[in-house]
Amino acid sequence: MYSSRKICLPIVAILLAGAAGLAGAAEPGSFGYGSVATPAQIAGWDIDVRGEDGTGLPPGKGTVDRGAEVYAEQCAACHGTFGEGEGRFPKLVGGIGSLRDERPEPTVGSYWPFAPTLWDYINRAMPMQAPHTLSADDVYALTAYILNLNDLVPHEFVADRNSLPKVKMRNRDNFIWTDPRPDTMTKPCMNDCVNAADVRISSTAEGRNLTPRTTGPLDTMQQK
Amino acid sequence: MGRRRFLGLGAALTSSLAVGGKQAIADPAQESPPADAPWSQSIGAGVVDRPYGRPADAEASVIRRNVPWLTASAESSVSFSPLQDLHGIITPNGLFFERHHAGRPDIDPAQHKLMIHGLVERPLLLTMKDIMRFPSVSRIHFIECPANGGMNWRAAQMNSLQFSHGMVSCAEWTGVKLSTLLEEVGIKKQAKWAMVEGADGAHMNRSLPLDKCLDDCLVVYAQNGEALRPEQGYPLRLVVPGWEGNVNIKWLRRIKLGEKPWHTREETSKYTDLMPDGTSRGFTWLIDAKSVVTFPCPEKPLDGPGLYEIRGLAWTGNGKVKRVDVSMDGGVNWQTARLHEPVLSKALTKFTVPWRWDGRPALVASRVIDVTGYVQPTIAQLRAQRGSNSVYHNNSIQIWQVKPDGSVFNVQLA
Ligand code: HEC
Repeated sequence: MYSSRKICLPIVAILLAGAAGLAGAAEPGSFGYGSVATPAQIAGWDIDVRGEDGTGLPPGKGTVDRGAEVYAEQCAACHGTFGEGEGRFPKLVGGIGSLRDERPEPTVGSYWPFAPTLWDYINRAMPMQAPHTLSADDVYALTAYILNLNDLVPHEFVADRNSLPKVKMRNRDNFIWTDPRPDTMTKPCMNDCVNAADVRISSTAEGRNLTPRTTGPLDTMQQK
Repeated sequence: MGRRRFLGLGAALTSSLAVGGKQAIADPAQESPPADAPWSQSIGAGVVDRPYGRPADAEASVIRRNVPWLTASAESSVSFSPLQDLHGIITPNGLFFERHHAGRPDIDPAQHKLMIHGLVERPLLLTMKDIMRFPSVSRIHFIECPANGGMNWRAAQMNSLQFSHGMVSCAEWTGVKLSTLLEEVGIKKQAKWAMVEGADGAHMNRSLPLDKCLDDCLVVYAQNGEALRPEQGYPLRLVVPGWEGNVNIKWLRRIKLGEKPWHTREETSKYTDLMPDGTSRGFTWLIDAKSVVTFPCPEKPLDGPGLYEIRGLAWTGNGKVKRVDVSMDGGVNWQTARLHEPVLSKALTKFTVPWRWDGRPALVASRVIDVTGYVQPTIAQLRAQRGSNSVYHNNSIQIWQVKPDGSVFNVQLA
């Protein structure tokens, strides 16, 4: 089998060159472009962590206290000293129990389903002005600090690859991961679909002063 | 006639001889008809005066625009395409809407690489040159941010087509089928999902079911015939036809196959739809069918009673648009619009319908029906299912209120 495959390869390659896109016909490596990624190269690129079970979390650990230090230096300017969020920058705490309210506040504490996702996001995307520059230990420490701010772990908590997947997040069981749409069904009525007398404007954007101008230079308007 | 020609020639001579001789050029309004405007009596700029080219100066207002108060910083923000000034199904490259999470990186293509690894037989590292050698395909597809129209979930807020619908754009994408790349690395049996990741500061990553990757996803390096714009992912991006913009990872640098989804921040904290009962829907990738009248609209009012062509765009992540109906009375009666060719799968589709406006108040709306028979819902129907806190996937029927003076406003109906 192996030897016949070896002989066949050039033929497959020729066929592909002549009839590109013969899906399913290709053997791995038929084109032979690029270089096989080495284990060392893969290790350098492979930063993802799986939220549900923490697969991919690296060695290392961090405490809440260490997290508070790094946070004050690297994060507080945007997210506020206690995660309350400066200006329109996202809040990292609060909103617990608000998800059914008129104005819900989804945060790490109220909304996020998985703690390892927090490690992964801080590691890949924060701090905003210098993403992916923190050590694994500092990312663990920051994760511990933010979880502690949200009363999800005690002050003695040490975050590492074993402890993070075990943190039970408040909103974990409230996600439905299969799309229930289409959830609206209508038949396209053509005539007298509603009583003309019942057609009533319930809301208008007129006079709300929320819309930036759409001619001339870019608008810098701020919400009043 | 002879005298007119003589005068014209005289003016041309004067203008070409006298520096700053503007006054000498015949006033086109007085001369008409027929008359020559200054540009008809002078010589224009030569070739390569603008080696790349740019729109006419008078079109300077036709630009992407943002809502400054919407986001904390322009680096994690959105801009909207000026749909009110576009005339076809293709969005010009400079006007394609933007959504960045860590700003627009300016990537050196010579250093950019794509790694494909995980549950594969033969992990690969590909340069841009390598990727361009694979068999190429070109497809026309829209990309829409699922938060397009999000500002109108609760009430009519944005009095503008650009700001209510401008996070959709459409281009011809050229690249290699993702299935070709995955066959080249060899998919292991256990693989069910792919993690796709960008090279921007956000290292934006999302999970995609392998079936979708093998079905119609593209790894593209070109947009409308030229290299991708930096704002759209130069030098390499993923196109996931018909699915929400966020999964169309820009600046694509890594694809990893695995057994399970990753539940990244962008598919848990964001891009999930909060329901009134406090539950949330995740992995709501599909862009449901949507349409909007692009003329008239708040930016393009009517100019007195008379005959008009109502124009609009329709699209659906399910495939092709089957039919678009238009109503002038807020949905009491509808008539079917004409669809303009080409009607392509997962692409913007243009529709028109003639309308003689009598100058009385009107409520103009469009409603699309797609190949699956799905009918675009009203905002009331959507709210009945999803409340008004779900941020994403507002594909409701847009109502434009036309007042007797021809002005147009974004309204919602009870
Ligand atoms: C320059 C401002 C800035 C700094 C400094 C900063 N962030 Fe952020 N952070 C942001 C912005 C903006 C977002 C939203 C980004 C987006 O959605 O694309 C964000 C998002 C987040 C989120 C996700 C919030 C959610 O609910 O989805 C977390 C967690 C976070 N930052 C943690 C940190 C940590 C930890 C640090 C310090 C290491 C940090 N940030 C530093 C601006 C900043």
